[in-house]
Amino acid sequence: MSKRSENMMIDAGMRNDLGHPLDYRELNRRIREVIASGEDRLVLMNVMGQRYIASATSNPRMRIEIHGTPGNDLGAFLNGGVIEVFGNAQDVTANTMNDGRIIVHGNSGDITGLAARGGTLLVKGNSGYRVGIHIKEFEGKGPNLVIGGYVNDYLGEYMAGGTILVLGLEVEGSPVGLHVGAGMHGGRIYVRGGLEKHQLGPAACLADMDEKDEKVVSNLIDQYEQAFNIKVDRSVPVSKVMPLDSRPFRGHYDSTTI
Amino acid sequence: MEHDYYRSAALSLPEAPRVFAEQSYVVDIPDQHKPRMGSCGIAGCINIDGSLISGAKIEKMITTMSERENGLGSGFVAYGLFPDFAEEYCMQFLFESEEAQELTEEVLGNWVYMIKDEKVPTYPQRSMNPPFPLVWRYFVRPKKGTEAYIRTGLSEEDYMVRLVMSINDAVPGSHCVSSGKDMAVFKGSGYAREIAKFYDIQRYKGSMWLSHSRFPTNSPGWWAGSHPISILDWSVCHNGEITSYGVNRKLVEMAGYKCTLLTDSEVVTYLWDLMVRRHRLPVTAAAFAMAPWYYRDIERLPDEERRLANQLRITYKEAFLNGPFSILVGRSEPAVTMIALADRKKLRPLVMGVSDDGNSVYAASEECAIKSVQGDASIWATRAGNPAIVKVGEGIVRRGTEAPFLGAIG
Amino acid sequence: MRPNIKIPEKYRVVIDNDACISCKRCIKECSYGVLDFKDEKVKVKDGCVSCLRCVIECPTSAIEVSEKPSQFAPHAVFSPEIRRSIISQANSGGVLLSSCGANAEYMDIFNDILLDAAQVTNPSIDPLREPVETKTYLGRRPGKVVVDENGKIDLDASETPIVVMDMPIMIGHISLGSISYNAQASLFRAASELNIIAGTGEGGLHADFYPMAKNLCAEVASGRFGVTSNYLREVSCVDIKIGQGAKPGHGGHLPGEKVQKLISETRMIPLGTDALSPYPHHDIYSIEDLQQLISVLKESTEYKVPVGVKIAAVHNVGAIASGIVRAGADFLTIDGLRGGTGSAPRVIRDHAGMPIEIAVSAVDQRLEQEGLRDKVTLCASGSIRTAADMIKCIALGADVVGVCTSAMVAMGCTVCQQCHRGACSWGIATQRPELSSRIDIDIATRRIVNMFHAWNEELKEILGAMGIDSVESLVGNRDRLRYIGPNPRIAEILDVKHSGEGWG
Repeated sequence: MSKRSENMMIDAGMRNDLGHPLDYRELNRRIREVIASGEDRLVLMNVMGQRYIASATSNPRMRIEIHGTPGNDLGAFLNGGVIEVFGNAQDVTANTMNDGRIIVHGNSGDITGLAARGGTLLVKGNSGYRVGIHIKEFEGKGPNLVIGGYVNDYLGEYMAGGTILVLGLEVEGSPVGLHVGAGMHGGRIYVRGGLEKHQLGPAACLADMDEKDEKVVSNLIDQYEQAFNIKVDRSVPVSKVMPLDSRPFRGHYDSTTI
Repeated sequence: MEHDYYRSAALSLPEAPRVFAEQSYVVDIPDQHKPRMGSCGIAGCINIDGSLISGAKIEKMITTMSERENGLGSGFVAYGLFPDFAEEYCMQFLFESEEAQELTEEVLGNWVYMIKDEKVPTYPQRSMNPPFPLVWRYFVRPKKGTEAYIRTGLSEEDYMVRLVMSINDAVPGSHCVSSGKDMAVFKGSGYAREIAKFYDIQRYKGSMWLSHSRFPTNSPGWWAGSHPISILDWSVCHNGEITSYGVNRKLVEMAGYKCTLLTDSEVVTYLWDLMVRRHRLPVTAAAFAMAPWYYRDIERLPDEERRLANQLRITYKEAFLNGPFSILVGRSEPAVTMIALADRKKLRPLVMGVSDDGNSVYAASEECAIKSVQGDASIWATRAGNPAIVKVGEGIVRRGTEAPFLGAIG
Repeated sequence: MRPNIKIPEKYRVVIDNDACISCKRCIKECSYGVLDFKDEKVKVKDGCVSCLRCVIECPTSAIEVSEKPSQFAPHAVFSPEIRRSIISQANSGGVLLSSCGANAEYMDIFNDILLDAAQVTNPSIDPLREPVETKTYLGRRPGKVVVDENGKIDLDASETPIVVMDMPIMIGHISLGSISYNAQASLFRAASELNIIAGTGEGGLHADFYPMAKNLCAEVASGRFGVTSNYLREVSCVDIKIGQGAKPGHGGHLPGEKVQKLISETRMIPLGTDALSPYPHHDIYSIEDLQQLISVLKESTEYKVPVGVKIAAVHNVGAIASGIVRAGADFLTIDGLRGGTGSAPRVIRDHAGMPIEIAVSAVDQRLEQEGLRDKVTLCASGSIRTAADMIKCIALGADVVGVCTSAMVAMGCTVCQQCHRGACSWGIATQRPELSSRIDIDIATRRIVNMFHAWNEELKEILGAMGIDSVESLVGNRDRLRYIGPNPRIAEILDVKHSGEGWG
């Protein structure tokens, strides 16, 4: 094999000389080396819980394919490029993502997309608690999170901007848990299959879908369909969760001089 | 700076079995470069048909998550270990000295009939910090029918609890780390891989294993304070910090348990014993008391369940484990059972997995621990405060996603 | 020789004549007759109590009241306060009366206690986003849930009478008589609106207040004023008052001039007669007698409402508390020595009892030692002034805190300590209609609701910072407190570690 093709594949699995999978520091060092060498495609095989994979990657042409179970903080601070996981992702995937794209052909864990301010995350299956917590947008740029199945409680907590779409595919009833949008003060959450008022957290409210919303949802479904080669039934109604106010807790404080 | 733990261990202990060489987990990051952020790792596996699992499997699960530990404690518990002595209580001790052992045996002689005792084989690793305890196990039966036994007025199990509490509290240097039937706890201060080597965990086979690797913060790392923490057949591996500890301790101490292990996790074990064995609560009700629903969600329950939920919150408010946790709980009576439970806000990680053939069920802090031993496992997550329950002979009784009290109300 | 020696004035009132518009509002507002209008100017006479009514009501802020510097020669032992007392007693030959809480410089232990917060090892909780619960129960708890032979839970056998409150706060017992109709109406309405409990005090329940009875706790005190079978059945819980922190071992005396029509009807005594609450209950000379009263109240209320006992914090409070629980009390209120009163002998108010901080911890520890703590609700009162006091008191061992003085401050009270004179310029501690009408019930209710709401929000902020999402997990959780005061022995008694000591 040429040096080039060797670089394109890293086996992160069990190393007989070590007796355990490749250490995450070594793995990430080698990923950085490949990126620095100008390669724009990389396949990781037999990934087994290694953390921080491809964190802070910036090259917008980079494409990293992961087979196995990547560990926590996958694609943290991602600033460009595509990470595609063939398997489940663990907790805190796409931590503080700024740009780029993460595609998970499986489920993702808790705190997915923490504090992201850009980029796109597509999860084929379900996701955990506090998905999209504190994602935000600035000067027209915000993250897009699409979860194909269901998400657990505290979806979009503290949300200050950006877009979350939960598709609820193969889910009976509402595909979101409780406390949706707790304390949200920006952005929008779309729930295909709907949710009831009691599922909302403080400062969030249900709003009518307008034309713009339909367009945003349609565009995200297009991306999801394309990424996972699945057809999504578009006749199922979508509910929209919005913040009540950009400063929901003003009345909470008393700043009188005493 | 490379550390070769196996080589140093082998030099100090030429008798160490050769199998260690192939399985040993070599740390290639010096400890001082390990991240210092807190979390522990928990892992468990159970075979529904009761077939035996080698200790190698649980060792692999827990060491796959080595990022979660800092070398200050780890441990294992196996169920279905002693088929030949399944009717005897197996009391496993850590002794700090021969005197402690002598004194303990004197106490045991007054309380129980000794059916068999044996040294637990141990292999101190050079990488570990001495001193190492003497580890001994005793298969015992309570001296029922004696005047002293009758005078206590206790049930057989409570008699055993009192014996354990008395020794742990009053015999210096003696720590009874497990006291149940057909099970034993192997734990100490060190990395999971070191503790596994220390006890040669691969020599044991059980129908269920739980394990813990520790990143202690608020409590000291010491041998007896490592997890699993066990009383009778209960064992608990706990990842988290209990912000309500002062309240929980009050309840268990009022019920006669003594908190001697300097760790908040201890109360969790006693709460399970108190609520499920002594108060005979269904496991779902006890789990609810520890991780109750919010009142606003209780309001949406059907009538009877709402009444029960409120009553549990009122009656067992001191059993509410506040703060972040995920726990794995084991017991052997009436059947070997694994319970996995996360706090009601879901602030600690917990995933479940089941093998393709449906026989092997797993729980762990991270999915990789499951996938490392069962590549075909399908993975699910329990809901916050919702227990998953798996029993030998019965299967997955609950996945941890169901309504709270199936079958609990009369 | 003059029979009386004049006691030097304590406060100085200055009228800014440039600002004064001679509207004479202040003269009307002063219920102590201090202000007068002469020569086109407001004149100041003796007797100001610094109630601040005139200061706050003056439309041009032309009045300033300040504490006069003492004119007594300095003396380290004979403080001006002591000399004033002696002069006054020599003038009158009487027992000095006072009101509100102890005004002696006893250590305020609350201020010597610091709270914990979560850092790294557990996440703190933002109460604005995630739930932090403050729902609290009052009443006896069964200790365990009953499980039948088939392993099923028997709910009917497990449930006990319980009062549900949305905050761990009870507005303490303040009788109609000690305060005005409008003031009590405001307290009761606030309790209903907040879904907490307010005490009726020993004065029965006015007919107008029955609609709010579900948020009221009936007090059965030694005078049994207004206690009727109907009253006991309407309220949510019943409290036997043995004593109060401001005057342990003392009874009550509502002077005849206050017993007007309203009071007479409610207390069911003739107009204009003194209303005397005997020092002890004359059916309780020992603990088994208390059991008898608890039992007869339970019997009379058909075991549907919790029956509690309230005592002043005295030196042996732990043992007494345990006896009370064993006698069958479903809840127990301990009132510390800084607790308020509408009238008490100053010598008792300032010198008898113990601070609530020590009492609540002692009782919590004692009940735990005796295995009783999970059976009973422990309420603590006696100068819970702020949310910080409330939180510390709960962490020291209380399930519920009782608050009186602060609720009255919310209505206007300035703690001038003249309640016993019945001339409260704010319309609270008075039965004079022209004064009590100064309380607008709607406004006063709103103000009390606002204050307790804010306290509850502060409680949630603190709980969240501690990583606790429901208040019951703070009750008696003394691990989360540290002592920073001058006397480490107090920390030991409180069972609280010293600041700087870690967890293990």
